Formats: sequence, C-alpha cells, structure tokens
Amino acid sequence: MNPREYDIEPVDLSWCPGCGNFQILSALKEALAELEILPQDVVLISGIGQAAKTPHFMKGHIIQGLHGRALPVATGVKAANPELTVLAIGGDGDMYGEGGNHLLHTIRRNPDLTNLVHNNMVYGLTKGQASPTSPVGLKTPIQVEGVFSEPLNPVALAISQGASFVARTFSADTELTKEVIKAAILHKGYALVDIFQPCVSFNKVNTYKWFRENTIVMESSSEEQGDRKRAMELALSGPPFPLGILYRDASGRPSFEDRLQAYRRSKDPLWKRTPDLAGIAAYIETLREG
Amino acid sequence: MANELSIVLCGAAGQGVQTVEVLLVKALGSSGYHVFSTKESMSRVRGGNNSTEIRISEVHREAFVDRIDLLVPINGGLRKNIWKRLDSSTIVLGDREELKEEFEGKQIRFIDVPFLGIAREAGGVVTANSVAAAVLCALFRIDFPILETLLRERFAKTPEMLEKNLLSAEKGYERGTILLEKAEFGLTLPKPDPRWRPLLMDGHKAVSLGALAGGCNFVTAYPMSPGSGVLAFMAQNASRFEIVVEQVEDEISAVNMVLGAWSAGGRGMATTSGGGFALMEEGISLAGVAEIPLVIHLGQRPGPATGMATRTEQADLELALYAGHGEFPRVLFTPGNAEEAFELSRLAFDWADRYQVPVFILTDEYLLDSIFELENLEVGKTDFSHHFVETEPGYARYRVTESGVSPRGIFRHGRGLVRIDSHEHDEKGHIEEDFDVRERMQKKRMSKLRLLEEAALPPTVRGNPGSKTRVFCWGSTGPIVAEALERLGDKDACMVNLKQVYPLHNSIQNLVEEAHRIVVVEGNSTGQLARLIRLHTGRNVEGRILNFRGHQFSVEEVSEGLRKFLEGGGGK
Repeated sequence: MNPREYDIEPVDLSWCPGCGNFQILSALKEALAELEILPQDVVLISGIGQAAKTPHFMKGHIIQGLHGRALPVATGVKAANPELTVLAIGGDGDMYGEGGNHLLHTIRRNPDLTNLVHNNMVYGLTKGQASPTSPVGLKTPIQVEGVFSEPLNPVALAISQGASFVARTFSADTELTKEVIKAAILHKGYALVDIFQPCVSFNKVNTYKWFRENTIVMESSSEEQGDRKRAMELALSGPPFPLGILYRDASGRPSFEDRLQAYRRSKDPLWKRTPDLAGIAAYIETLREG
Repeated sequence: MANELSIVLCGAAGQGVQTVEVLLVKALGSSGYHVFSTKESMSRVRGGNNSTEIRISEVHREAFVDRIDLLVPINGGLRKNIWKRLDSSTIVLGDREELKEEFEGKQIRFIDVPFLGIAREAGGVVTANSVAAAVLCALFRIDFPILETLLRERFAKTPEMLEKNLLSAEKGYERGTILLEKAEFGLTLPKPDPRWRPLLMDGHKAVSLGALAGGCNFVTAYPMSPGSGVLAFMAQNASRFEIVVEQVEDEISAVNMVLGAWSAGGRGMATTSGGGFALMEEGISLAGVAEIPLVIHLGQRPGPATGMATRTEQADLELALYAGHGEFPRVLFTPGNAEEAFELSRLAFDWADRYQVPVFILTDEYLLDSIFELENLEVGKTDFSHHFVETEPGYARYRVTESGVSPRGIFRHGRGLVRIDSHEHDEKGHIEEDFDVRERMQKKRMSKLRLLEEAALPPTVRGNPGSKTRVFCWGSTGPIVAEALERLGDKDACMVNLKQVYPLHNSIQNLVEEAHRIVVVEGNSTGQLARLIRLHTGRNVEGRILNFRGHQFSVEEVSEGLRKFLEGGGGK
C-alpha cells in the first residue's frame, strides 16, 4: 500500500519548520501502509499538544480529546470494538505529565494498542516550559534557574510496571522509527514507543546533534528482547541511550479485551449488539417473591 | 387508615443485621404484605450501630417514617437518632444477655428474647441472626417453609452452616409462636393479600437493570459510595449480560473510557458520587463539544469534599447542571423510586444517543439503599434502536442540520472517516479558529436544547391539581412528600414531583404561575430546586422545607413542616 493513501487534503500543518513531528508523521504513515492497514480500520487518539495534533494531519478515524486523557479514550475504543487498530499519540507532557496515572494503569491493563510518545523534553504548545522529561538544569521562562526535578525515565518506568512492549527511537531515524512502530502495532497488547524528538523552537539543549551524539541503535534478537532484566539495564543506561525494541513479551499474555466477558461468546463489536431484553426480563422475574 | 407497622432492626456493621433484613423483607414480600425497607449505616466496616427500617402495610408504601412500632436491637449501643424515635408504644424485642442494662428503667415495653441462648443451644452463637429472623417471621405469621426456602438459598454453598441455621430458625420460630400468643405482644398485623407477588428491588439494581434495558454494555467506575453499588451489580452480572465492566484508576479515566466506548458504538455509563463526578467535569465538557453521547449515574451523598460517605443528600443538582466549562446542552434525570430509576436509566441511553448529549441520572444514597416493591417492570415497553448511521466517503461528523443533530457515524461502520475533536471544529472535525464557524457550531450544539425541551418529561402531580398550594420536590423526597400530603388530607395542596429537573417540562411554567403559594421540599441547605424555579420562571417560592443533616426526611417531618406552612398565611 502506498503511504500517500494516508495523506489528507492539503491542511495547514501548524508545526514549526524542522520539527521532528514531520518525521514521525511520515514514519507512521509508512508503517501503516507497509502493514496494509486501511485508514478505515485505524483510530488515532490523542490528547492535547503539538504531537497530539498528528491525527489531524493524516487519514483515519480520530478522536482528539483532552490533555492527558488519550489512553483511557483509546482503551474504551478498543474495548468497544477490538477489530480496530488503535493508536494513542501524544507528547511527553501529555502522556507522562498530565496523563501519568493513566499510563501506569494502562500498562497494567494491557489493552492491545500502540502508544506513540513524541518526547522532545519540553513543552511546545504552551511555549517552552519544562516537561517531565526535561534534563536537570534546563533553563526555561518558568524554570528560570534551571530544572531541579529529576527527569522521568519512561522506558524504565514502563518495563518496571510490566509493559508488554517497550521501545525507544529517534525521529530523525525514520527507518528505525517506522520499523519500531510496525512491531508495536503487530504486538498484541500495550506497546509504548518513546520517540526522541528535537524541539527546534524551545529546546536548545536536546538538538538533532545532541540526539545523534547521545543515542545508539541497538540490534537484538527476539530472545534478548524477551529478557526483562536486560531490558531494564538498557532502559537505565546512557548516554548513549539505546534505541530499538528494549522489551517484547513473547509469553502471549492476554490483552485487556481478551479477558472481557463481553466477548466470551460473541466476538461482535458492541455496536452490532442490542440488549438482551428477554434475559433482563427473566432476571427481573428472579426478584419476584411469593 | 390502613394497618401498618414499622419495624427497625439495629446492630453493628459486620454482625449480620443485613442478613436479617434481607431474609425478613423477602419473607414478608412472599407472604403478601406490602413492604418497603430503607437503611442508614455508619461509614465503617465493623462495629458502630446501623439501622434498617422495614415497613409492612396493607397498601403500597415507599417512604421513610420516624415511627417505630417494633425495635429489634441485635447489639447494644443504640444511637441517639434511634432513641429519640422510641416512645411508650414501641415494643423492643431484645436479648438481655447481649443488651445488658441498656433498656432498664426506660419507659419502654421491653420483651426479652434470648436470641443468643437459643442460638447457642441449636446451631451456635453465629446463628443468632437466623434466630432473630425466625422469631420475627413467627410474629408476622409467615409460614415457616417460606423462611426455610430463603435460608436454603442463602446457605446453598455451605451445607453445614445451613443445617445449623435451620435448626436455630426452627427454635426461634417456636419461640416467636409462643410470644405471639401472649398478650404482651400487642401489635395489630396488617392483613396480607395472598395475590400480591411483588418484585423487590433496591435502587442499585433499578439503575443497573434500567441501564441494561437501555442497551448499556460498557460500565466504568472508581469505587465511591454510594455510586459503586451499580458497579458491583454490573461486574457480578457482566458475564450474564455480556458487557464490559472495568474498575478504573480514577474518575477521569472512567469518563474518558466511556467516551471512547460510545465513539466506537458502545453504550457506556460511568457511575460515581459527587467527588468523582467533580473529577469528571472536563470529560463532560468534552462530551459537550465533541457531541459524544454520555451517561453518568451520580449517586449523591453529603459534601463538600468527603462529607459523609454513607449518608444521603440532594445537593448536587447544581453541580450536574453547571458541570463542565463552556456551554452545552445536557439532561438531568431525578428518579424518586425504583420504577423511575429503572425507566429513567433506560431512557438516559436512548436520549444520550439520540441527541448526542450528556445525560445524568441523579440518585442518592437513600434511594439506592432502599428496597422498593413493584408490581411489574415493562422491559420491552419501547423498541430498542441505535441512533448512529452508516457513513459514506466524505462523511462530515458535525454536519450542520436544521435540528442541530448531526448524523453520528461510528468507527468502521461504513466507508467514511469519523473525526471527533475537542477544539472548536468545522463540519468535518478539523480544528477551526474562524469566528463565523465558531458561532455556527455553538448555535448548532445549543439548538439541541430546544429538542430536549420538547422531549422533557412532565412532573408527577399528586392531589388536586386545582389546589392553591403546590409542593415542589424532586427525586427521592417525592414519595415522602406524597405520603405526608396524604396524611394531612388537605384538599388545597398538591405535590409536583420532578423526575427531570433539566431541561424543565413546559408545564412547569403554568404550574408555578397558577400557584397561590409554592413550598419546595428538598434535601439540601440552600434550596437548589427553589433557585432553579426562580431562574426559569422568575418566581420566588414562598416556602422551603430543607433537610441537610445527612439522613433522609421522614414522612412525619415533612408532614409537620407542610402543616405549619399551610397554616401560615401569605402567598402571591
């Protein structure tokens, strides 16, 4: 399938020239096209932020909802119709800050969805404040003496919480990003893809050059990918920060939808169903006395 | 006047008072009595002192009364809210071994029944509750086999416990029979109707079953009393009704997950109480702008903040009315009993889908924890239908239509793409900052309010509709006001009970204008319905009877308040 199938009629892309989001958008379209997934089968769900605008710039069903809340919305979509390919897309502030609690519990729940986090270590939409992944010392209009708080390590967090797929990539490496996104979509269960991305407007520390000098692409076998201890070591290492699939559960752990009683008898998505009025009436009769 | 009795069972949490309640209510219902039960409990897992009132009557009852004809304290430590309801006509049936000196020297008719002693001899002290239930069954002339059947159901999974409890129940029943023949037990029993075979249903079940009948197939919640009873029912019946039920990490997740489910064609509901509802507000606003259907069950309890976790109040009307930033239409249903809770919960799903708006079902702890009798529930009364459409290429989710309702597509049903957005957007769901588009879209969304006003449900008017004095109320206070007015027998006062407080039915304007005097009875400290009436009709009501102590109004209290109001002068 041609990735152009995912192009949308000319829209005014609101990203800054040189923004890593263009590269991620392109890698995402290519990944979906190479997997032969039609736009009609994809739901792109996002919160708020520059990264969260991504769904607006390509074909597919979309829900752009509230800041931080893409994951519960995505979980609801997938649980109501497991036939859909569901992606939750957002930035580091959206997914790791405002939505942090949902991240923890989505990992535990393990719905079959792909979570792309464009991690540029700064707030773009609100113009340059520190994000949960900003490095200590980064000066911003708000953190005027530099960031004091330790940066959140999303990949280590996800692995420690039992995420079934955890990867990290770099937006400028579109080939790696595309391959990692493909693997994440194919993975059955929750898949976190943390994507290093420069912010050309507000982050003068973590630049294209900085990311190139501070990352290393790491090849690994699927056996190695299934080793959680190794994954944790990789997640805690750096610089240079390892890129690629850090962890992939191969045990066939059931996804959230797999466990739902709603699909035990019928696999029909919820929209194809009508209430079992006879069953409800029969239940009500059990409440009759005498 | 109909013969009726009010029985109150008291005991510590975790001591099986609820077992006695359930057995007794079922046994009474099985024996042709009209029955209603309501309870109040402390926010603790063990200990304290909780009470359950069971009303037995020759006519249908569904309201809490202060009067206690028969008090059965299973444990000592009666709280003062019970003490003050006792008088010289109350009979107390208790075990002196357990209660010690508590009732000594009081102007109270105390009958000592050795529940513990009987239990110890028959099946062991743990069966004392079965002894109590059996004594009461005998006193109400309930055939022993009815109790036996109920005990067999209850202990079906523990045969050894069943044997012990049956033995204790037999002994208790014998004791009760002896007591009944003694002159000291002087209560006149209501006359049972052998043809009466009621459905017995608490508010939690009524909301849950109504929602299911409305096609609800997706339920989320973060546990919070009293909203979690619905979560429990749905979780325990998820397999039977093939629905998705998930206990989530917080109420923010609960509402957003439900919005995701509706977008994909499911029918979702989040169930909570005031604190959780407050956390959902941003999600409610998202439902407003994105026109995603949404149903929330809000089981009210006293606030602010943690308030009183296991108690009741009606103070979240304005919370629900104004929830969420920005302006968008919504619906507030306020059921007053199990039948309305069922019917409005069913309807909530149809309206949410039809008008693409948030629909809130406001109940309260009192309603949810009360057991109502019903003759029937018509499950299939209306045809079920989905209101989404199959999409075509070029589909525009927010197409401007005359009614304001845009045909709602769902994902992967048809060849169109469904694009849903929280920003202001154009017809295709693209982010749009054009001022004209903004105005057009806001008007489109708000024009649905007209449709909702046309569909609004009329209030229940009881009594002489031509009367000068009108007593307005909403939700669970309705049945209490109805009985209070019945007691007063005043031909010049009628009740107007709202089961939908927003949008208001168009008859409200006339009902208000025609009234010589209006008094509002509601369970909050500021008169929220009274304020809503003023907002919509310009009328300042003449009286307010308010209760915000954490316990529901009693019939006596409302009756006394209304009597004073009716005797007083003034009016329009």
